[in-house]
Amino acid sequence: MMSFMFAIIRRDLLLVMRYPAEMLNPLMFFVLVVALFPLGISPEASLLSQVAAGIVWVAALLATLLALDILFKADFADGSLEQLLMAHQPTWILVLAKVIVHWLISGLPLVLLSPLVASMLFLPAEALPTLMFSLLVGTPTLSLFGAVGAALVTGVKNAGMLISLLVLPLYIPVLIFGTGAVAAAAQGLPVSGYLAYMAAMLIFALMITPWAAAMALKVGQMQG
Amino acid sequence: MSWFDNWHLPKWFYQMASPKWFYDFGARLQPWFAGLALILISWGLVWGLLYAPADYQQGNSFRIIYVHVPAAILGQSLFLFMAVAGAIGLIWKIKVAFMVARSATLVGASFTALALITGAVWGKPTWGTYWVWDARLTSTLILLFLYTGVMALNQAIPDRSVAGRATAILAIIGSINIPIIKYSVDWWNTLHQPSTFTLTSKPSMPPEMYIPLLLMVIGCYCFCAWLIMQRTRNEILDQERQSSWVARYLED
Repeated sequence: MMSFMFAIIRRDLLLVMRYPAEMLNPLMFFVLVVALFPLGISPEASLLSQVAAGIVWVAALLATLLALDILFKADFADGSLEQLLMAHQPTWILVLAKVIVHWLISGLPLVLLSPLVASMLFLPAEALPTLMFSLLVGTPTLSLFGAVGAALVTGVKNAGMLISLLVLPLYIPVLIFGTGAVAAAAQGLPVSGYLAYMAAMLIFALMITPWAAAMALKVGQMQG
Repeated sequence: MSWFDNWHLPKWFYQMASPKWFYDFGARLQPWFAGLALILISWGLVWGLLYAPADYQQGNSFRIIYVHVPAAILGQSLFLFMAVAGAIGLIWKIKVAFMVARSATLVGASFTALALITGAVWGKPTWGTYWVWDARLTSTLILLFLYTGVMALNQAIPDRSVAGRATAILAIIGSINIPIIKYSVDWWNTLHQPSTFTLTSKPSMPPEMYIPLLLMVIGCYCFCAWLIMQRTRNEILDQERQSSWVARYLED
């Protein structure tokens, strides 16, 4: 079971390495969206530092959303998803492997990039560790809920817009607690409560979403 | 899938799974719900709008509560209803349950939208603004987004049985998330601004204001039961149009 999971992770990472653009595009998108806000709102440092946490988190939400396509779409198109589903392995293992790959190439790089965008937005330095930690705990939750959306729309044409309609409402609690943690850190307040709630949401998502996404994948195989 | 192999539900539950049986059953039940809805809603509306005393602070503008509160309650409970119907469909592989869930979606979304619109209309004279980012308003708006997601997914998948299953999964995930969303939105609001308006803590309404509201809520439930049954029966006719009993019914 574990070897199946690691084989999938290894295979998908190799596939991504062959086309690095798939991994770099969401990151560039992330930086670009963040760069739009000073242009749209104001270059004023005092204003930007107040809204920095919200901007970074919204951009992270959108960037992970954009990367959801890589979860199942290519495998569905070339038929390998069907083979994987027949592999006599629990489907949730497959989902979990895909989620891990998605997080490794979208969530983790966002965490590493966040100091750059935070300094672009003049986020107070003392809030930066909290921002990075909240992204570290929050982005896996985004990947997990995103997997359900991606699994539901496999086989649907022009799924890009649809998937954002399905998934974004489910992202709202993560957004609220993520930005709340950073805002609290900027004011010098304790943040462990926020991060604990985000960790609880991650565990909760780990419990329900692999099951739901596995079920959705099987349902998706029924059509066509 | 084994723990309920030896566990039997009442007979009517299995009978409901037959489209034809549900169609006939609905036809017998519908007049009762229609009648109850008509009586309760007209009774509640006339009492609430004409005879209930005016609010000592809000005057007559508070009377929109007789539409607003039932709409908000129905919008929330129909999402749960939709998820439960979808879960029944997934567990027992019942086609009719998916049709019921599908029928309930638009009704629930309409009531949620009605709650938001009446809330905005009510907010203008009372709060001086159509919209505030109050926790309850925000979570109702998110509920509407969840409904639109379910409807969009339903529209996007042409195969009805696949669409039914997929939307059931989404509705279940959504309804599990509703308490989390509601809780986090509550917290977000109290964090960023003091809750200026609380719609919940009405210091004990007098009964002559409260009973018409209760009548309206129950009446709206009956109306929804009637409407969802009608929509489900139409859906059954549409999806079962190949079968002989539909042809026979339509000839009569």
